[in-house]
Amino acid sequence: MSENMSNTEETRAENELELREVAGLSQGQIVRKRFFRHKAAMISLIVLAAVILLAVTSIGWGPLPGWWKFGYKETGALTLPGGRPTLQLWGEGGFQIGDHPFGQDELGRDNFARVMRGIQTSLTVMFIVATVSTAIGILIGAIAGFFRGWLDTLLMRFTELFIVVPVLITGAVLGKLYGSPTPVILAIALGLLNWTGLARLVRAEFLSLREREFVEAARVAGASNTRIIFKHMLPNTIAVIIVNSTLMLSSAVLLETSLSYLGFGIQAPEVSLGNLISEYQSAFATRPWLFWWAGLFIVTIALCVNFIGDGLRDAFDPRQRRVPTVRALRKAELKAQLGAPEATPTGIAVDTLEADRPVVDRLESEGDSDGKDSKN
Amino acid sequence: MYNFIFRRALSSLGVLLVATFLIYVLVDIAIDPLQDLLQSTAPNKEALIAARVQQLQLDVPSPVRYLGWLGGVAGCFIGKCDLGVAWTTNQQVTDILVSSIGVTIKLVTLATVVAMILGITVGVVSALRQYTGFDYTMIFISFLLYSLPSFWVAVLMKQWGAIGFNDFLANPELSIGVILLIGVVAGIIWQAIFSGDLKRRLIVFGSAFAVTSGVLWYMIATDWFRKPSLGPIVILLTGVGIAFALTAIMAGLRNRKALYAAVSTAVLIAALWYPMQFAFHGANAGIVFGLLVAVVAGGVLIGWLWGGYDRAVSMRISALVALLGFGLLFADRVMQAWVPYFNSSAINGRPIATIGSETPGLKGSFWTTQLDSYTHLILPTLVLVLVSFAAYTRYSRASMLEVMNQDYVRTARAKGLSERVVVVRHAFRNSLIPLATIIPLDFAGILGGAVITEKIFGWRGMGTMFLSGLQKSEIDPVMAYVLVIGFVAIVANFLADLLYAVLDPRIRVNA
Repeated sequence: MSENMSNTEETRAENELELREVAGLSQGQIVRKRFFRHKAAMISLIVLAAVILLAVTSIGWGPLPGWWKFGYKETGALTLPGGRPTLQLWGEGGFQIGDHPFGQDELGRDNFARVMRGIQTSLTVMFIVATVSTAIGILIGAIAGFFRGWLDTLLMRFTELFIVVPVLITGAVLGKLYGSPTPVILAIALGLLNWTGLARLVRAEFLSLREREFVEAARVAGASNTRIIFKHMLPNTIAVIIVNSTLMLSSAVLLETSLSYLGFGIQAPEVSLGNLISEYQSAFATRPWLFWWAGLFIVTIALCVNFIGDGLRDAFDPRQRRVPTVRALRKAELKAQLGAPEATPTGIAVDTLEADRPVVDRLESEGDSDGKDSKN
Repeated sequence: MYNFIFRRALSSLGVLLVATFLIYVLVDIAIDPLQDLLQSTAPNKEALIAARVQQLQLDVPSPVRYLGWLGGVAGCFIGKCDLGVAWTTNQQVTDILVSSIGVTIKLVTLATVVAMILGITVGVVSALRQYTGFDYTMIFISFLLYSLPSFWVAVLMKQWGAIGFNDFLANPELSIGVILLIGVVAGIIWQAIFSGDLKRRLIVFGSAFAVTSGVLWYMIATDWFRKPSLGPIVILLTGVGIAFALTAIMAGLRNRKALYAAVSTAVLIAALWYPMQFAFHGANAGIVFGLLVAVVAGGVLIGWLWGGYDRAVSMRISALVALLGFGLLFADRVMQAWVPYFNSSAINGRPIATIGSETPGLKGSFWTTQLDSYTHLILPTLVLVLVSFAAYTRYSRASMLEVMNQDYVRTARAKGLSERVVVVRHAFRNSLIPLATIIPLDFAGILGGAVITEKIFGWRGMGTMFLSGLQKSEIDPVMAYVLVIGFVAIVANFLADLLYAVLDPRIRVNA
């Protein structure tokens, strides 16, 4: 019995902590606050930014020059026997970077420059694929879900059509038409194929949203379909869209590298992380560093993007609750005991919320566990 | 309902028709069957080109050729399939397809089942231990695996999984430090799974550490890796352990009848070890399957005989124990083929294979070929499991967390049900509903998506058929792949929708 008592006490303290944290904030502020609190997502954001910065500044971007002394196509003499990496963390001479920190391949090309170029390509492809497929996915999903009926059926069959087409064929067709497709063309093509999942999710959201009162209210007020879709419903699906386009980024990186690995994506002399691995996998026994670095960066990028997506998902999900630290919990409990012996049924000690009545009302309705306000 | 199924099937057929047409035209653009001839220097180049154009009907526009191909496919409905010919080798595509599907299913089934069981288990445990060290570690690991490109993992696997392990087998010894370290790691993992207060954690850690390092030391000391076997005693102990674990999860150890039924099944399995040696001798797949059915039926019978107020549970548990126990007996028999296999000239002491689905020219009994196919399966299966495990973990964790916060779970707790009943009956079962709709789609995806794994490990499955068709400018194998994958994908989609409606009565199917 006493255990039960302390359990309810604990829940009450937890509730209170959480409510105090979100008191008086707008939805956007709450989301932002929650996202910044997600440690893994923040670390990932920083790492990803660092990787992008490194890749763009080191060998330059387009006409912009970089600070690294070798180009990614430049061949040269081997600095160390076999082209071993000059990067050294400890040992004789201590930490040193040297001329070729990631080593050289059999032609003497600098692996660091090549990996950086590969990151640039893969990131370009990643962002374009995600942008194109998000745009198409939103459009088709929104139209299908909003209008329903025959248009919905037609669009959903159209979506199935794209699910059936193997991505590899697109790569092969592009290769035929353009010789070796540039990253931008490849990315647009992949984007044109990759929207199906998001379209279905957006459609499902729209199907449920269109039955809600605020949509009806907008219609009664005389809003046009376009206005209802873009002003009233789309902002309410933004959580689903943001989370899924983030996850699409990571799947786009893996898709591009896989295609390039199979020889249907980016092809030599262009460089991407996938075709670096494909080119060097036979050299794994003799020159493992050529294989390691490209793979390591693929994993890093995909991992960071996934964690950011996870952070966004947590931030947007109002049912998600953070477990407070033991210390914060004890403090809140103590305060509740000292200050407010009488608590409202939802567990909000009235005096701890120094806010006016409407805010409390809003919080109470948001605290409902059925999540019916989850999309507002 | 029937109306829904009919309409859905009709529209799916339409989608498949349009898709195959589009892909046919696209592939026709992508490939060039004349490429090798155009670059040749043969004196009769023109005649050769004309002959090939004639052979492949290249003068006919591709939409018209599509109709011809479609006619061949339509023949499947009257039992005369004609999917065309892979013209570089003159093989019938139907023949290639049959062998490819066999190879792919062999590769994919085991991987999917293992990934599913492992992923769901880890996901559920992770959800039950939310926000603990175990949970965070598992989230990190699943994210990491989710971000791994399969080709990269595959190359690493070849290096360490195959070459490294084969080197280890040449001289299987571990220093005492390594053994203790593995024991400590196992102890940490197990105490994290069981969780609880410090005392409980220490007990779990200690026993897991002792058991793991002890068993490992014993295996090294008896040269187990060179001469692996289980024997009746290990089978008995493992079987009884399985019986206790399954009863604890499915019925609770308080249900004595279920426990007795499970344990007696385990004992029976161990007793069957000796007679099974004769039954397994000269066995083939049919006999093994027959024995399996007989043993499981025996387990059901034992459960029924023990009876009690809830016979069905005892029967289910005993059948599962019998199934797993038979797996142990089977594994034991396969292990007996290890020593001759290991030392045969075709293997030469390096059993873990990196290429192909079987050792060419290896002759032997049913058991040798079984063992051979397992040594070939292990690496690609590991890669596929690593890559797809993460998705299952994340789905099952999310869905379990969702269910555990439902009101009916609170109700179940409030009316005083034990935590086991709440978790297993009320929460776990309901958390499987969303998963049931993902699994068909996933299976369809992995059937076509194992292209990379097949390529790296040299398996001649569906992906290889597709890829080599594209590379050798053969349109018919590519189309056969598209047809099968498209068909499976559409059926899986359909099945997922139906399953959802069947499992969750709140969903209506009349869209």
